[in-house]
Amino acid sequence: MKILVTVKQVAVVDDEFEIDGLGIDDRYITHDLNEWDEYAVEEAVQLQEAADEDVEVVTVTIGPEDTEETIRQALAKGADRAVRVWDDTLAEAGLLDPTTKARVVEAVASEEDPDLVLTGVQSADDGFGATGVTLAERLGFEWAAVVNDLELDREAGVASVHRELEGSIEELTDVQLPAVLTIQTGINEPRYASLRGIRQAQTKELDVRSLEDVGLSPADIESPLEQTSLYEPTSESDATVFEGSAEEAAAELAEVLRDAGVAN
Amino acid sequence: MTILSVAEHRRGELRPVSLELLSVGHLVADETDSEHHTVVVGGDVEAFGEKLDREGVDAVHTVDYGEEFNHDVYVQAVSQLADAVDPSLLLMPNTVNGLDYAPAVAGRLDRPLVTDVVDIDYEEGLTVTRELYGSKAETTIDVNAEAAALTVRPGEWPAAEGVNGASVEPFAVDIDESAVRSTVTGFEEVGSGDVDIGDADVLVSVGRGIGEEENLDLAFELADALDATVSASRPLIDNGWLEKDRQVGQSGKVVTPDVYIAIGISGAVQHVAGMKGADTIVAINTDPNAPIFDIADYGIVDDLFDVVPALIEEFGS
Repeated sequence: MKILVTVKQVAVVDDEFEIDGLGIDDRYITHDLNEWDEYAVEEAVQLQEAADEDVEVVTVTIGPEDTEETIRQALAKGADRAVRVWDDTLAEAGLLDPTTKARVVEAVASEEDPDLVLTGVQSADDGFGATGVTLAERLGFEWAAVVNDLELDREAGVASVHRELEGSIEELTDVQLPAVLTIQTGINEPRYASLRGIRQAQTKELDVRSLEDVGLSPADIESPLEQTSLYEPTSESDATVFEGSAEEAAAELAEVLRDAGVAN
Repeated sequence: MTILSVAEHRRGELRPVSLELLSVGHLVADETDSEHHTVVVGGDVEAFGEKLDREGVDAVHTVDYGEEFNHDVYVQAVSQLADAVDPSLLLMPNTVNGLDYAPAVAGRLDRPLVTDVVDIDYEEGLTVTRELYGSKAETTIDVNAEAAALTVRPGEWPAAEGVNGASVEPFAVDIDESAVRSTVTGFEEVGSGDVDIGDADVLVSVGRGIGEEENLDLAFELADALDATVSASRPLIDNGWLEKDRQVGQSGKVVTPDVYIAIGISGAVQHVAGMKGADTIVAINTDPNAPIFDIADYGIVDDLFDVVPALIEEFGS
């Protein structure tokens, strides 16, 4: 069995930051493995460890060279090898919306021919939450979005999942394989990479491909969506903020709480 | 031009976002001099259809197929209706189920999709507003296409009101059962049921800022002093530090206490959806720009490890 996992490096923005054009100035950004993808990688590795057949876990990333550190994190946690797609056309493309991303991942998935694709529910920076299902539709795979529990029955060709709905309710669904599942945080406990894992990750295959390598042309990633501005939202806050030392502020808050009938 | 919005229901109830979508549809239809249609798929479609006949709706389509949400059915039904109505704008809810079919519908209809839209402008073509980086920034996106699909964030528009008198017509769909490759087998409530945070008058709610599991003692100590109940935001539940029935938010519980004290909670939209109905909201956070302060009534911008012990002291515990 082969499991393809999408891995994205996301931008984490400082509390205080400045906007530079349509992006955030680099000085205020650190990069990390997308939290939801971390759970997707863990789920794939756990399936591999529990399976009574050979399971290969392959990650796919759209991103420049500096995303390799993040990809190695996924390899250190147990993924077998990685594919990274990037070239000048992608670098110069504007908004990488879910359709654009799904087209690129679809091209890789068509070559890899996985039985299962796991993606994070969403990415922490752009939060589209749509790449996984878009990909499933393009591949002709079945899918389930926002999965927080997964049991795989390979013989029956069925994934039994829980989908986390709003309001503390889970939907129980059986999905035919092959499928794309978008993985919700909390489905497992992502492991820390061991030192051995980190060392091994350095030697694992990380295949870099261009759009042309995966059979796409620049026209394939043209998007009708165009980002036109980026700005800090205006605060609508009319909160009374208590100043002073922690003790002083706590004393003022305590007075308000007592007035509101707390602990009376 | 036509606008088409897709309603959402679960376990016999129309979900509030359905009526919010009608408001969005109404506004855009007014702005663009368009017809505004809505559709409900599955369940008690007659009853739902009546409820969807609100001000600004020109037609309600009902698809009497199935009881509960099934994305394979929704994709086929919504795509077929879109083929018939040819909407220039297709509006779907940015909910867990919305995100389970909207991308596939958009893909099938070959329309661009923008998700989690918080504002729409139609003055010069379609421009939508979204949030990035966990609500720290907002962006506008021009949609350069004749027809588009959007998922709309719940809670951003008011529910459509009034009773209308539009036509409520069944729409016959031709569902290919062989393409229905998923089966919903049931529902499950989560949590052990030991604590009912929905019932508490005062909630001491903790988030990622608490840092370590041991530090939760501080929250329980404050809750003791205030005769309050401890609740939490999602990351703490994901870490397994607290039971799932203490989770406040979109995927947890919606709470409406008299006082909600948010400690080390940044106020992500999913969390806010669960607690914005509290009478008095207090936020304690080191980041003055945390979105929680936008909805707080009272705030302290300081280290919770200094403020919370001082508060416990104040209440003499």
